[in-house]
Amino acid sequence: MKNQNDPQDFSIVNAALLPELNRRDLLKGAGLTLAVLGGGSLLNACASTDKNAAPLSASQYLRIGADGTVTVISPNTELGQGSYTGLATLVAEELDADWQQIVIEAAPADVKLFGNPAFGGALQGTGGSTTVAAFWEPMRKAGATARAMLVAAAADKWGVQPGDITVKAGVVSHAGKGKSAKFGELVGAAATQPAPVNARLKEPREFTLIGQPAQRVDARAKSTGTATYTQDIKLPDMLVTMIAYPPRFGGKVKSFDATAAKAMPGVVDVVQFKTPLREGVAVLAKDTFTAKKARDAVKVDWDESSAFVMGSDAIMAQYKALAQKPGLEARKQGDATKALAGAARRLEAHYEFPFLAHAAMEPMNCVVQLSADGCEIWNGEQMHTPDQGTIAKFLNTTPDKIKINMLYAGGSFGRRGNSFADYLLDTVAVAQAGAKGKPVKLVWTREDDMRAGFYRPVYLHAFKVGLDAHGRIIGWQQRIVGQSIVKGSPLDNGAPVDFTSVEGAANMPYAIPNLQVELHTTQLGVPIQWWRSVGSTHTAYAIECFLDEIARATRQDPVELRRTLLADKPRHLAVLNAAAEKSGWGTPLPAGTARGIAIHESFNTVVAEVVEVTRHDKGFKVDRVTCVVDCGIAVNPNIIEMQMESAIIYGLSAAATGAITLKDGHVEQSNFHNYTVLRMNQIPKIEVHILPSTNKPTGVGEPGTPPIGPAVANALSVLTGKTYRQLPFSGAGMHIA
Amino acid sequence: MIKLNVNGKELTTEAADDTPLLWVLRDSLNLTGTKFGCGMALCGACTVHIDGTATRSCVLPVSAVAGKKISTIESVAGDPVGKALQDAWIAENVPQCGYCQSGQIMSATALLQQNRKPTDADIDTAMTGNICRCGTYVRIRAAIHRAAAALA
Repeated sequence: MKNQNDPQDFSIVNAALLPELNRRDLLKGAGLTLAVLGGGSLLNACASTDKNAAPLSASQYLRIGADGTVTVISPNTELGQGSYTGLATLVAEELDADWQQIVIEAAPADVKLFGNPAFGGALQGTGGSTTVAAFWEPMRKAGATARAMLVAAAADKWGVQPGDITVKAGVVSHAGKGKSAKFGELVGAAATQPAPVNARLKEPREFTLIGQPAQRVDARAKSTGTATYTQDIKLPDMLVTMIAYPPRFGGKVKSFDATAAKAMPGVVDVVQFKTPLREGVAVLAKDTFTAKKARDAVKVDWDESSAFVMGSDAIMAQYKALAQKPGLEARKQGDATKALAGAARRLEAHYEFPFLAHAAMEPMNCVVQLSADGCEIWNGEQMHTPDQGTIAKFLNTTPDKIKINMLYAGGSFGRRGNSFADYLLDTVAVAQAGAKGKPVKLVWTREDDMRAGFYRPVYLHAFKVGLDAHGRIIGWQQRIVGQSIVKGSPLDNGAPVDFTSVEGAANMPYAIPNLQVELHTTQLGVPIQWWRSVGSTHTAYAIECFLDEIARATRQDPVELRRTLLADKPRHLAVLNAAAEKSGWGTPLPAGTARGIAIHESFNTVVAEVVEVTRHDKGFKVDRVTCVVDCGIAVNPNIIEMQMESAIIYGLSAAATGAITLKDGHVEQSNFHNYTVLRMNQIPKIEVHILPSTNKPTGVGEPGTPPIGPAVANALSVLTGKTYRQLPFSGAGMHIA
Repeated sequence: MIKLNVNGKELTTEAADDTPLLWVLRDSLNLTGTKFGCGMALCGACTVHIDGTATRSCVLPVSAVAGKKISTIESVAGDPVGKALQDAWIAENVPQCGYCQSGQIMSATALLQQNRKPTDADIDTAMTGNICRCGTYVRIRAAIHRAAAALA
């Protein structure tokens, strides 16, 4: 240990500079420009004839500064899926901007301006793999409209016809007259032009950016540690809060002893709080480590009289009992009961799925500052409109008084889009109870994040399938049991069947003459929510695995069987056949290696995955994944590949080792040692093939996840002769190497 | 008062001896590039270099690093290996959410500083401690190979 009395030169970071440093850091991050104070851009101008010109802002999605900076305003969150880059591409394409002059700005929370067309414009929020698909036309329109105005301004200025003007990489020119001008020089005049209502959009053959693997706009900041996340926000006088949550869901605070906590230097207060979802005891401190030590020192006496005390085994036993009875009809075609009764052969199976944690790298967090009539929030915000509503209701104010600063999210997989604003409400409640007007940052430990609930629910699928004498499927009954994700949320439309519980099953593409899908919606005291690909997380596995069981029982090749059942689905067939071809389906493999396939449509995108799996001492190794995707026009093929890689690894991790289990109502997992996730050395080679298409773009963030689990299970079944009807694979002793 | 050598600068902190270096960096010194992910040295998001060795800072009490050379992601661009890796990271479009990437780059920098021609097995060994929930592993590997080639 060095002698700390040695004289050394040292300088103390100048605390007085900190607020300024933080503001500049925020503004620098990834070219992310926060809402600019007044008009104009903070970036250094290149030469412009009219430096004082107001920016051209022909739509809420776009602003062009006198310095030529093209600011794309994103309504949606960048949580890693590439939404910022995708939206910027759409605008830049129609605007004919230079990719290097684009910056992205987070939109404020304002549903009138920034509502998501995928939700009818009634909700500003990111989810359902909708960003590029939903904004395909509006963003392009914004670019085209601004382009038309710039061209009109140039035409006026040069005395030429707009039709003779060309725009390329941020420069407007007229070849005949040898005139050219950069965007920045024209914005002043362009802003006075009438905005055309129906600016022409390019034909796909004219695209120069769409379809190209353009560099992500956030790559540099995220590679240099300069991107700002919620975890990094530091405001003047900000307090950090850490919370002692009930050990079981539904637990309440009976009393608490904060003596030890309050004695710690840097602890400001210890308060009890309550939201409609839960209650707890929160420490407010000057820094994170102090908050944590103090939180750990708070002794809470919990009232568990109405806490949830079931274990995972008991939940599944309850579900199996329910599955014996008919459920609500989610899909009915023909008469499955009759067909089953007359079937030459029947197959039955139960498929069981555990709770899953999202486990994004950035644990849930947010910063809240209350004001007299509302609050301001900093968050990797994903559900602006519902969150404004929920928080406004809690604060007895109106949604417009809830201001949201949307930041990058360090991963989400659905978690930040919690439709009950769970961690936001906790922070608002804590701020009310003890912040005395100061901003409060909620920090969750990994344990807090893993134990807070809002999991992908437990599900059970009960199959009864009937085959005729030739082995053809003549009747299919699928009963699904599980909690409702949508119920009680702002997205609850009162429908008795929660579509998110049955999607992928109720609308399965297979030609089955007598098909019945039923649902039992259960009520458990465990909070749950959507998780990357939602209903397809379990429907794809159940259906694709059971289909392979049928294939094996009738000695049919799994691809052949699917070809037959998809005969009238050209889009699915094209994806299936491409996957078979690209993966070399049917060609010889070394002993101990087998292939498995799965195909699934979700969010209007069809994905097929073929895996090669090898037996291993520990269980198995996934060597290779061939992924074929039809997602309509590929806006950025590089990002689509990244999303398929991401979704595959995310889904494989869950299938291999993912399970949140309850014992007497206690969550048994807490950190990455007992909720293990895939690491670098466990990743297969992944090849992604995007099928060319002229259709509008469809979802990309989630659809790669559903097929991977069943594809691997199907390969494992070939290798071991066993079925894998319970996830994760590790539970069956099959460990991924 | 603890004296620290961070990114070549002599700094001090009033943080308690048992404060993990991670929180001193983030909260006292406003170096927020190093991230918090698990608090148990399981995920690698907090990786820094202590005297050139990749180390998880979330479980390292600040008193233990007084007088040692601490370098964080903020200084990586100033090192030829670190810069090559960051350039490769950008060229390969590695980051998605980006939250784990500071730790990934710190681990990769230590690897390449010690081994200029890492094999895939070497990469596995050096990088397995860094979790990426977005699944950027394929591209991280490609970026490490790319940087190694650029430095050769």
